[in-house]
Amino acid sequence: MNETIDPSLIDWSRAQFALTAMYHWLFVPLTLGLGLIMALMETAYYVTEDLFWKRTVKFWMKLFGINFAIGVATGIILEFEFGTNWSNYSWFVGDIFGAPLAIEGILAFFMESTFVAVMYFGWNKVSKKFHLASTWLTTIGATLSAWWILVANAWMQYPVGMEFNPDTVRNEMNDFLAVAFSPVAVNKFIHTVLSGWVLGAAFVAGISFWFLLKKRETEFAVASLKIAAWFGLIASVLCAIAGDGSAYNVGRVQPMKLAAMEALYEGHTRQGLIALGVVNPDKEAYNDSTPPVLLKLEIPNMLSWLVGRDIQTFVPGIKDIIDGGYPTTNGLALSAAEKMKKGRIAIDALAHYREAVTEGDKERAQLNRNLLKENYPYFGYGYLNKPEELIPNVPLNFYAFRIMVGLGGYFILFFALVLVACYKNKWLSGKFLQWVGILTIPLAYIAGEAGWIVSEAGRQPWAIQDVLPNSAAISRLDVSSVQTTFFVFVVLFAVLLLAEIRIMLREIKKGPEGESH
Amino acid sequence: MNTTLIFLQQYWWFIISLLGGLLVFLLFVQGGQSLLFSFGKNEQEQRMLLNLTGRKWEFTFTTLVTFGGAFFASFPLFYSTSFGGAYWVWMLILLSFILQAVSYEFQSHKGNVLGNKVYRCFLVFNGFAAPILLGTAIGTFFNGASFVVDKGAILSASMPVISYWTTPWHGLEAVANPWNVALGLAVFFLARILGTLYFLQSVSEPSIMERCRRSLLPSTLLFLLFFLAFVVHILFATGLAVDPTNGTIYPEAYKYLHNLMALPAVALTFVVGVLCVLTGIIRTLISSTYIRGIWWTGIGTVLTVLALFLIAGYNHTAYYPSVVDMQSSLTISNSSSSLFTLKVMAWVSLIIPFVLGYIIYAWRSIDTTRMNADELKNEGHY
Ligand code: HEM
Repeated sequence: MNETIDPSLIDWSRAQFALTAMYHWLFVPLTLGLGLIMALMETAYYVTEDLFWKRTVKFWMKLFGINFAIGVATGIILEFEFGTNWSNYSWFVGDIFGAPLAIEGILAFFMESTFVAVMYFGWNKVSKKFHLASTWLTTIGATLSAWWILVANAWMQYPVGMEFNPDTVRNEMNDFLAVAFSPVAVNKFIHTVLSGWVLGAAFVAGISFWFLLKKRETEFAVASLKIAAWFGLIASVLCAIAGDGSAYNVGRVQPMKLAAMEALYEGHTRQGLIALGVVNPDKEAYNDSTPPVLLKLEIPNMLSWLVGRDIQTFVPGIKDIIDGGYPTTNGLALSAAEKMKKGRIAIDALAHYREAVTEGDKERAQLNRNLLKENYPYFGYGYLNKPEELIPNVPLNFYAFRIMVGLGGYFILFFALVLVACYKNKWLSGKFLQWVGILTIPLAYIAGEAGWIVSEAGRQPWAIQDVLPNSAAISRLDVSSVQTTFFVFVVLFAVLLLAEIRIMLREIKKGPEGESH
Repeated sequence: MNTTLIFLQQYWWFIISLLGGLLVFLLFVQGGQSLLFSFGKNEQEQRMLLNLTGRKWEFTFTTLVTFGGAFFASFPLFYSTSFGGAYWVWMLILLSFILQAVSYEFQSHKGNVLGNKVYRCFLVFNGFAAPILLGTAIGTFFNGASFVVDKGAILSASMPVISYWTTPWHGLEAVANPWNVALGLAVFFLARILGTLYFLQSVSEPSIMERCRRSLLPSTLLFLLFFLAFVVHILFATGLAVDPTNGTIYPEAYKYLHNLMALPAVALTFVVGVLCVLTGIIRTLISSTYIRGIWWTGIGTVLTVLALFLIAGYNHTAYYPSVVDMQSSLTISNSSSSLFTLKVMAWVSLIIPFVLGYIIYAWRSIDTTRMNADELKNEGHY
């Protein structure tokens, strides 16, 4: 076997992970959002005992079930892939990363899968109260599972609560609470779950509008719409607020991601936020003088305020981060080249430490251990070949960020409008609003996927920020193996998605079943 | 070495073993799926069977996910070595479970692109593939696999991967060892027995019950054939032992036999487990009205598999022997998480009894009536 990593192995491994993660994310937000809406509706049934609500809930539950199955099916792929395709990663940080995954299984998945069975098979077998509890517990289980997996993801963006152990050659956890409740994790959880609620609301609203368009099931549609509009409005406002918190965190812990999101090369104090613009395709090098963004419309001072809550905050751009020398809370920033040097020192110190331990030379071991510890924050930089590797894909991040935020603003307006319309019944019968409502469904999916692009493409080249680049995180496989599984997944996913959509549409067309009052 | 760490490594190996036992028991769902077309001769019968395994498949699936997650958290070196190396085996297992997870729901709806029949075939595929492949993979815990672990590799920027597989088959070579296959087939036939017993308890449709009873004996004989072959093989096999003072690994003749003798509680668990498995089967075979065999055989399965895992890992044994580089072999002490993580996870594990409690409660609350045509009409979901 060859002794250097084939760069295309890294690309294919990433492509496979991106494919499965983005596909998985087509189903999860609906589980989170629709689950809660169903639970609210069933609560209405429990309180009013009106069969109308039971019928309504059963309709949404049917759609939930179709979506749930494929969400479960695609979730397991990600868990496996950490081992199959990112085995070095699994070793290097498994001591920390494995725990949230295991807790997710024990705490959340069992809850979800136990009570989802009661939800489906228990209508006539368990009491109304137990059934209602099961619906809630299914949703709570799904949300808890989101918590733990987002803790894991947040930890990769902002590794805390751990220390490198040179004897076992891996990172080891030393503070569980720091991992489980890191500010990045908390904010990520809130923003992500809320984005699922927004999607759930958009889904229910869109389908309800379709019934209105077809002039069918009006009472059901209006009742569903009211819930969706209230729920959607609250969720989308909170989602935007949490998104602001996300941006603040990114600025603090992943400045390069923020710079890529803004296509910012040379930063300033009183830095503006680009509302609209076009990334200049002619920009070739991070330090050439070509302007990075054309036709830009800027909100003055906004980015400085976003990052530091103060317009005097200096926001470093890509060039600043690579060249270093700008002020930070810990003094002047190091340049990428200096960080790479320190990373190599750390790796060499580890090598010398291991030699010294084998030779029983305690003094030398201690010396190198200290050197390693001192330089460990830059360990991952030691694997890089040139500073440019630190720059993520700028246009991708720039546009994805704008799509998400733009749609975030749109959803607030949309749900506010629908809410008003619900109380001015006349508006609801207008074709325009109906069509807008239907077309909002795909937009919610797009916003969520764009969010993940920002979060994940923005942190390249890191598997774990500053600690382990992707190139050192992979499994040693033949490229052809990964290509094969990639294409198997592509075909499988395409067929399943098509099936899922067709089944959904059919069930929607059938509409709610059973007596209504 | 720190005694708390040793205790926690043993504790976590016990939990993993227990989860492994539960997982094999829950493969009754797969066993049942593999019998879908043999027991269900028409649409209605097939739907009855699908609704029965369909209300349990998520438990098996979740147990698999949790087994994987717990293994990852407590013995990460295994996760990274085996998953990253035996790529094809894990990918095939994964594929079969993906297909299972969508098939129950999709086969029951029109417009599913491939047609109901194909999704049902996916379920049958998962019914065969999952037990055989998982069993074969567990076989490598005794018979070894082709990997090298070299933690020093992390120092090389050009090839920092610390563990790798030495055959291009990436795990598929496990089938070249007949003893792995024997365990795979033993697990498969056991899953079919469990599936059959589950149907017997949960169905009141005479035609299906009749078929269940008829198929039990042949499945049992085949199970015994492969299971006994495997057990006899490991009792005589040379295993890899580890010297606890310095971690050196060396071959030891009759290692697993010695483990059974050194660990009488495990030996007892094994014997009781096997007897329970047989009791469930025999009582069902000799009485035409007895339908509770699943509980005997199920509990017996958990105990037997638990004991097998324990003799693979306890008593200073390498639970994942490397056939190409002996010193790379994994033991519960050289592959575990840190003391801190094992401690945190031990606290988390205290929730498990509570989880089991609500699972049993919920499970019983929806299993109040047996499946027949009426029940299918009123309560059928798939
Ligand atoms: C309205 C203003 C919004 C802002 C300011 C905003 C901001 C952000 C930021 C900065 C990130 C990256 C976080 C990271 O890398 O750690 C992010 C991620 C994400 N966003 Fe948004 N977002 C907004 C709206 C939305 C909407 C409407 C949705 C979907 C309906 C959404 C879905 C997501 C998702 C799924 C992620 C990835 C998970 C995460 O990192 O939280 N966002 N958002």
